[in-house]
Amino acid sequence: MRRVVITGRGVVSAFGIGVEGFWAGLAKGRCAIGPIANFPTDRLTVKIAGEVPGFDPAAHFDTRRIGLMDRVSQFAVVASREAVAQSGLSFADDVGTRTATIIGTGVGGMIAVDDSYKKLYGENGQRVHPFTIPRFMANAPTSHITMEHGLTGPAYTIASACASATHAIGHAYQLVRAGVVEAAVTGGAESCITFGTMKGWEAMRVMSAECCRPFSRNRNGMVLGEGAAVFVLESLESAHARGADILAEVIGIGMSADARDITAPDVKGAARAISAALACARLNPEDVQYVNAHGTGTAANDATETRAIHQAFGFHARRLAVSSSKSMFGHALGAAGALELLATVEALRHGVVPPTVNFGDPDPECDLDYVPDTARDQNIRVALSNSFAFGGLNGVLAVAKI
Amino acid sequence: MADVKKEVLGIIAAKASLDVAVLDPAAKLTDLNIASLDVVEIVFALEERYDIQIPFNANKARTEFETVGDVIRAVESLVSGKADNR
Repeated sequence: MRRVVITGRGVVSAFGIGVEGFWAGLAKGRCAIGPIANFPTDRLTVKIAGEVPGFDPAAHFDTRRIGLMDRVSQFAVVASREAVAQSGLSFADDVGTRTATIIGTGVGGMIAVDDSYKKLYGENGQRVHPFTIPRFMANAPTSHITMEHGLTGPAYTIASACASATHAIGHAYQLVRAGVVEAAVTGGAESCITFGTMKGWEAMRVMSAECCRPFSRNRNGMVLGEGAAVFVLESLESAHARGADILAEVIGIGMSADARDITAPDVKGAARAISAALACARLNPEDVQYVNAHGTGTAANDATETRAIHQAFGFHARRLAVSSSKSMFGHALGAAGALELLATVEALRHGVVPPTVNFGDPDPECDLDYVPDTARDQNIRVALSNSFAFGGLNGVLAVAKI
Repeated sequence: MADVKKEVLGIIAAKASLDVAVLDPAAKLTDLNIASLDVVEIVFALEERYDIQIPFNANKARTEFETVGDVIRAVESLVSGKADNR
């Protein structure tokens, strides 16, 4: 088995475009959630989200290409450009053929779907935009990344709701580790903050109209986010041979299904995924210093996740730093696992644990160290990133400093 | 309002697959094995039936809608508020 390292990373999030602004925001504990600006919210109860601010497609793509791309694909490609440029990898010759492209997304091009339904059902229109289908298909972000960089190896999208990106990155890691491919461009992308999607989430009654305060007693729900984060993975040998900058090592993935309930989280299923990640990475619980939590801010997730961490880590759970980045950029669903792995990798690199912001009163059901409100300087050698999806599909990535 | 109460009980019973007879106003929803997702569906059915908006957040389910009576009272007050506005 080969060791797998990260040599490039890029991001589009509520903090804007680029890793620098993303990490500066997280390290300062800045909440990037605000009023929804992209469409009227007068018929919504929940009027806040973690939108990517002022994203102008024309600044990144020519007009013809914009017509073919939903916002989710635009985010994916912009994040991939930063990641690939940083890696210094050239996909010429047959390198592109030996590189996999695996991207996670929850729903694909939801804006195209929303626009077409509005036109047909809302306005009694006769026709929709001719590129409605290629815009909304869930594999579009993956396909646009392959075309952008000439990646002709195995490529597909993984969809498992809020664990999509974690499963995608975990799968890409396994492909590189096993030698199926030399490198992988992998991550997650989501952009579904539309009127229709907001109504759907509102109807589930799990959204906060005010603020995302994970693990606090007065938490009252999640806040949607959007964006993309993309990584370049390759074998340690290949990175050394190229003299590439190595950002971190991916050392394990743990996955599980609750097989219980379509929405309610399950302690055992989540704990099994955490334990599987530790086993895959050959770690003992006490080897881990930091867990970037799924931490959605709902009553059910945060209490369940806390119990799962106790179950998987035993006595060491109370010594862990555990924080939720969703408190700052919202729940980016299919992109969440990628944005949060990036937060985890930057935490390792900088020796800084990003906080859980908007922290209120402690909840007796959530009794871990959640790094409230202010980032903390701490040397981290090994960290986990948790993702627990609707449908009971779980993924946990383990990364280490190198 | 007696009609509203009867109808609310009917909707709860149908969604939760329970006999109306067990739906005592003092009965706790959790004791009746009515999970928070069931409550979300019940709230939706009530909103559709009366064309009202019930300000219910599942994250506060344990404090807002603890008993069958809590649901009945919430609907009754919203329905009567609607009648007053006419």
